[in-house]
Amino acid sequence: MIIGIDVGGTHTDAVLLRSNGIEKRIKVPTDPVDLFNTILSSFTRLLDNIDPKKIERIVISTTLTTNAIVQQNMDPVGMIVSAGPGIDPEAFRTSEHYYCVAGSINHRGREKAPVNTMEIEDIAKKLKKAGIEYVGVVGKFCVRNPSHEIFIKRIINKHFKKVFLGYRVSGNLNFPRRIATTHLNTAVFSLHKSFFEAVKNSLEGKGLTAPIQILKADGGTMTLESSMSFPGQTVLSGPAASIMGAIPYAPADQDAIVLDIGGTTTDIAFLVDKAPLLEPVGIKRGQYKSLIRSLRTESKGIGGDSVVRVIDKELIIGPDRHGPAMAFGGPDPTPTDALFVLGLMNDGDQKNAQKGIEKIARKLDVTDKEAADQIFKKCCTVILKKTFEMIDKLNSKPVYTVHEFLEGYKISPRKILILGRPAPYFAKKIEELYHIKTDVVPEFSVANAIGAALARTTCEVCLNADTEQGIVTAHEEDFAESISKTYSEDDLIETAYTLLKEKAINSGADPDDLDEVEVVELQKFNIVRNFSPRGKIFRTKTQLKPGLIKGFEKVLQ
Amino acid sequence: MLQALHKTGLVFFPAFDWAIDPTHPEREERLLYTQDQVTEEGVFDISGIIEYKPELVTNQDIRRAHFCVPDEKTVTTESHLISAGGAKAIADAVLNKEVKSGFALVRPPGHHSMRISHGGRGFCHINIEAIMVEYIRSQFGVKKIAVIDTDCHHGDGTNDIFWHDPDILFISLHQDGRTMYPGSGFPDELGGPNAKGSNLNIPLPPGTSTEGYLYVIKNCVLPVLEEFNPDLIVNSAGQDNHYTDPLTNMNFSAQGYAKLTSLLKPDIAVLEGGYSIEGALPYVNLGIILAMAGLDYSGVIEPDYNPERLKQSVSITDKIKKTTDIINSYWNQRNKLRQKAGSVGELAVRHREIFYDTDNIFERQKEKVRICRDCGGCFEIDSTATPGHHILAVHIPINACKSCIEAGYKFFDQADKSKFNKVVLQDRTKETYEIK
Repeated sequence: MIIGIDVGGTHTDAVLLRSNGIEKRIKVPTDPVDLFNTILSSFTRLLDNIDPKKIERIVISTTLTTNAIVQQNMDPVGMIVSAGPGIDPEAFRTSEHYYCVAGSINHRGREKAPVNTMEIEDIAKKLKKAGIEYVGVVGKFCVRNPSHEIFIKRIINKHFKKVFLGYRVSGNLNFPRRIATTHLNTAVFSLHKSFFEAVKNSLEGKGLTAPIQILKADGGTMTLESSMSFPGQTVLSGPAASIMGAIPYAPADQDAIVLDIGGTTTDIAFLVDKAPLLEPVGIKRGQYKSLIRSLRTESKGIGGDSVVRVIDKELIIGPDRHGPAMAFGGPDPTPTDALFVLGLMNDGDQKNAQKGIEKIARKLDVTDKEAADQIFKKCCTVILKKTFEMIDKLNSKPVYTVHEFLEGYKISPRKILILGRPAPYFAKKIEELYHIKTDVVPEFSVANAIGAALARTTCEVCLNADTEQGIVTAHEEDFAESISKTYSEDDLIETAYTLLKEKAINSGADPDDLDEVEVVELQKFNIVRNFSPRGKIFRTKTQLKPGLIKGFEKVLQ
Repeated sequence: MLQALHKTGLVFFPAFDWAIDPTHPEREERLLYTQDQVTEEGVFDISGIIEYKPELVTNQDIRRAHFCVPDEKTVTTESHLISAGGAKAIADAVLNKEVKSGFALVRPPGHHSMRISHGGRGFCHINIEAIMVEYIRSQFGVKKIAVIDTDCHHGDGTNDIFWHDPDILFISLHQDGRTMYPGSGFPDELGGPNAKGSNLNIPLPPGTSTEGYLYVIKNCVLPVLEEFNPDLIVNSAGQDNHYTDPLTNMNFSAQGYAKLTSLLKPDIAVLEGGYSIEGALPYVNLGIILAMAGLDYSGVIEPDYNPERLKQSVSITDKIKKTTDIINSYWNQRNKLRQKAGSVGELAVRHREIFYDTDNIFERQKEKVRICRDCGGCFEIDSTATPGHHILAVHIPINACKSCIEAGYKFFDQADKSKFNKVVLQDRTKETYEIK
């Protein structure tokens, strides 16, 4: 049996699955000041009358890191950044203890200016004096050559509890995002560590010995141990859980839209042939940009509990939420109240809902029913408009080769999958308004927990070969080997797959789930100097795709 | 968080799967390190910098600027159409006011392609700036445009296309033609009889450094621009004046290019040449982008930059000052020069020989242009090229006066079809391209 838990902002959903179906499902309110207790009580209820020895897998998705960022509740940590030529790294300052230092590596990974040992020692002293315990070190182009980061770590390691290096974060280029991501890992590490150690101990106390997996933003899992090196990857795993829960119902060989309609927001995502689309570089939320692999989702501030207002005769929905719907004792009229007035929902206080919608109707000068209908329609149009904007944006993504330009894949979804509490009502309305086949995901109210439970391990490996310099590297994996001039594309892919599979197993993947690997990018270049070829550059990015583990297909029938 | 002072559009199309041939300088790898630098700097994440996807230019787009022989399909590859389409996408973004200015980092380049194109010259097959400029004129009705070509090679293609056009101010700064391909671009090449002085060629001595280059910009290009008062400024941003470029002998720097950009304030910049792909392009392109966006570029310095070693000699400084004075005096006399060029209605004849080094083609041209004071004047070009193509190309300019339109149709109607493979009329007033 396996357990999936998704601790959301308002609710925590948990499921206990057998290979032939759902054994238990629970939904409890999240206690935002005591997530630990929320998780523990969920486990207690799930395991009531269940032998803990029979649990083989536990996957947890939490808002722990997300909350820490939102509430600015992160540890003060030190950052040492070496940039070389380019944009002034001061622009990427993460915190008070942020130091820009000498040293420069260029785009080919060649050292252009050395690290100044005295300077680093001096900074280490200052950081120690300020009571800093954790430090992040990031160099520009460290993914091409991490020697400066490693050297700096060697100088300062003995002074601090843990030093995080930028090159371990991702094989992708993007210095500012690498700084932000390394800072996040460094700053949430102690919180993440103490929280999950406590969870682990308590679960062991309950007799649960199955390995704990943590859900990541890319809809994949990692072991608790590997999460300690990259705690930032757990940020925004919530939306990922829901999308993973929709996958079984997506059409094969077709594109689909996933809408997760919550209380405050609606998350929008896309599936292509049952595989979720990923962000090309990493999580982006407003000004915050990172190298954290993530599903491509966007949130629209509209949900069942969004506040409905009339401004200048125009209906405005959201983006704020002031509490539950009036039908459930809330202060302001909401789309949920509209559903009550339309007679679609009836498990709350019908009178209160009516009172709320009446206010809106008076301002719009229409009947209550008409007002409710307008609110409902407006919700659907706003969500779908945002969805279509996202599709346009996806399809106008720049490409860098003639081949991609001419063969570029355009997504054109034929189906919508909806989850969330008001899913059934929205499905009907959207289909009526837009004539797109719209299905409600079965078990839509706990699909997120099912998604978490069944998500498989994901990972990515970037590999670069440079036959002029005679080296193939995946620094992120601490891999470097010398190569000859005859090194080929096939050699590259073989090495990349070997590294990928090794990484996947180390992150807790089931050996049976390793066949879903793919080449995401592959480029090759002749190095030409003075009209003669000097060698070749090969670059590839391979990944173990997000998807579901095998053996639980029946759960979903 | 970085925020661009001016909203800036970028098209980045490195054509990672296209090269002229495997060891040619115009190759797949050319913009690789630029892409690495720009990506690592997080340029596309800067608020106010927007990346656009290139379009594909159509035959109609090409036919506003060129007569392709035997036809567009033979002369171009998809890569050329996308490269020109990148410039077009930036033009749309700028003229629709989505961004204040934009930079098309595209390849292959285009500034050696002339109005008649039989194939590749100086790595260029079609002229991406000219196609863009003509698109802007037709689509957005912009009248006066300045094209400033800062590639190290004379922009002879663009120069040829706008040779007779008084509404386009073309200025090329380049290494002296006596020491550099294509061997043209001397100060007395001022344009056709109707457009004398609206083409300015500024040859610079080998060894010109940042100081000398910026002297010309400040003391010649900017004053001329101010007087011409264009509605739009285009920069053909070649990057081969750099001190590390393997094909040229200049001493310009990344800081120099960034300063040049902030002085010139181009609405649109289009990448041209530049073959120091590791030592120069990553820094020069980053400098140009930051300068366009109004961001601090003071940290964009090549790792091996040594201003002492790149200092220009006194004799070079003197030469540059002299050239600047000559150009300024030509510019001031432009109206007089046009008056002297002939009387209205006369046909001025010009014979030319053009070599296409990339495709090894030899072309002979006989051109007749109608002298006119009201427009650029219609003209016909009788062109023969070594593979055996022989065409007569008739051009009626976009702002043509009534007499020139009539004269243009007369050229076309009177042409003896049996003498040519093709007789073509490019009527820019009606956006037509007629073949007989």
